Amino acid sequence: MPKNNGRQFKTVVIGVSTGGVSALKLLLGALPADYPLPILIVAHITPDADDGLAVLLNTLCAIRVKEADEGEPIKPGTVYLAPANYHLLLERGGTLALSIDPPVNFARPSVDVLFESAAEVYGPALIGIILTGAGSDGSTGLLKIHQQGGLTIVQNPADAEMGAMPSSALQLLKADHVTELHEIPGLLLRLAPRKP
Amino acid sequence: MTNDELIDLEIKLLMEGVYQVYGYDFRDYSEASLRRRLTQWLSGSGLATLSLAQSQLLRDRALFNTLLRGITVNVSDMFRDPAFFKALREQVVPHLQTYPFVKIWHAGCASGEEAYSMAILLLEEGLKGRFRIYATDINEEVLRKAQEGIYPLQEMQRFTRNYQQAGGRCSFSDYYTARYDHAILNAQLRENIVFAAHNLAVDADFGEMNLILCRNVMIYFKQPLKERVLGLFDNSLAPGGFLCLGTKESLDNREISGRYEAITQRMQIYRKKYAKK
Repeated sequence: MPKNNGRQFKTVVIGVSTGGVSALKLLLGALPADYPLPILIVAHITPDADDGLAVLLNTLCAIRVKEADEGEPIKPGTVYLAPANYHLLLERGGTLALSIDPPVNFARPSVDVLFESAAEVYGPALIGIILTGAGSDGSTGLLKIHQQGGLTIVQNPADAEMGAMPSSALQLLKADHVTELHEIPGLLLRLAPRKP
Repeated sequence: MTNDELIDLEIKLLMEGVYQVYGYDFRDYSEASLRRRLTQWLSGSGLATLSLAQSQLLRDRALFNTLLRGITVNVSDMFRDPAFFKALREQVVPHLQTYPFVKIWHAGCASGEEAYSMAILLLEEGLKGRFRIYATDINEEVLRKAQEGIYPLQEMQRFTRNYQQAGGRCSFSDYYTARYDHAILNAQLRENIVFAAHNLAVDADFGEMNLILCRNVMIYFKQPLKERVLGLFDNSLAPGGFLCLGTKESLDNREISGRYEAITQRMQIYRKKYAKK
């Protein structure tokens, strides 16, 4: 059993790049429609992409998946994907914000931007996950989550379609869980608060 | 108080000071992006905390200018979101062509890329001599850059691709002259653009516009400031005028929504209704 030391987690953030579509299908597809935490995702997509990925995942998964809207309050049982060409951030009070600030790590949306802003809002109540991908986006963000007392999960680089992004994160910090993709949904279910 | 709460407090105090000393009002800017930009500025400033920086910022205009740049400068592209400019060309310009003269307000024009894009589009659609673009921004330094119309040559490849996808009718290279590492836009494009300083948070509206373009500016504002700005736009738009927002901004659930209708699905182009008799 994972130790959450009585912590009540409030939100999950996920960063993924190359190999993201199939990884997200597997991970989100294994979660129930009433998964009790909001899930915020930055997946690297081309700047001119439409909301196709959110629409696709929403069709394939029980849990609701949508593109993040600016000013939207986050809700349990919902997955929010960063829109193409915008950074996704979290405001205090749990609403979503978008920005067109310059790319970070050559990426917009950038995983670091989401992770850092979410860590500032939720501190120890945040779960951060780095999945398959090229490059190093998300590493400093995951470190920030770790420093703020949040829980960190990294896909085992050997299990990832592209191991660079998970490896890069593991070079910066000792993650709480280094695990294979198919084990992450079970882990997330065990970490989620129990229903009253 | 946690360190993050202290930082939030410091931001609040600094923004109040900046407003009282310099008149720039960032008190209603969304916190997440503001915090990120200020943290970035701070790490480049060599100062340890915003409280330490505040003492100097409120006394030293030159230092404040660097902060202003850090908070307000937005980067853009020519024909950013080509699909938007294509929709503008195909669905809005035919209406504009029926007017004797077209007035456009481009609010938050930053370094001018999109204002020039608009000028190119209107010239190609036969509106030469029949339009004026008022391009405004809060940051005067960035306006000077916009006025020059000089961009890094390396950007031209991306701008050209955008231009083509946006339905451009000519060759994009006709619109600039390459010199060393830079591309200088043709002076002809500037003839119909007036660049001016305008602060959406405190300044008044502009008269009788036929089209207002304000894309990805209000995403940095909190709700009350958004409503204020939309109110400014509503007061400035002639009946039948067009309001263009960013792809992730919408008029849903706004005070002015009832007076507008969306004319495209994904592109956030709205038309102000004619008042019922």
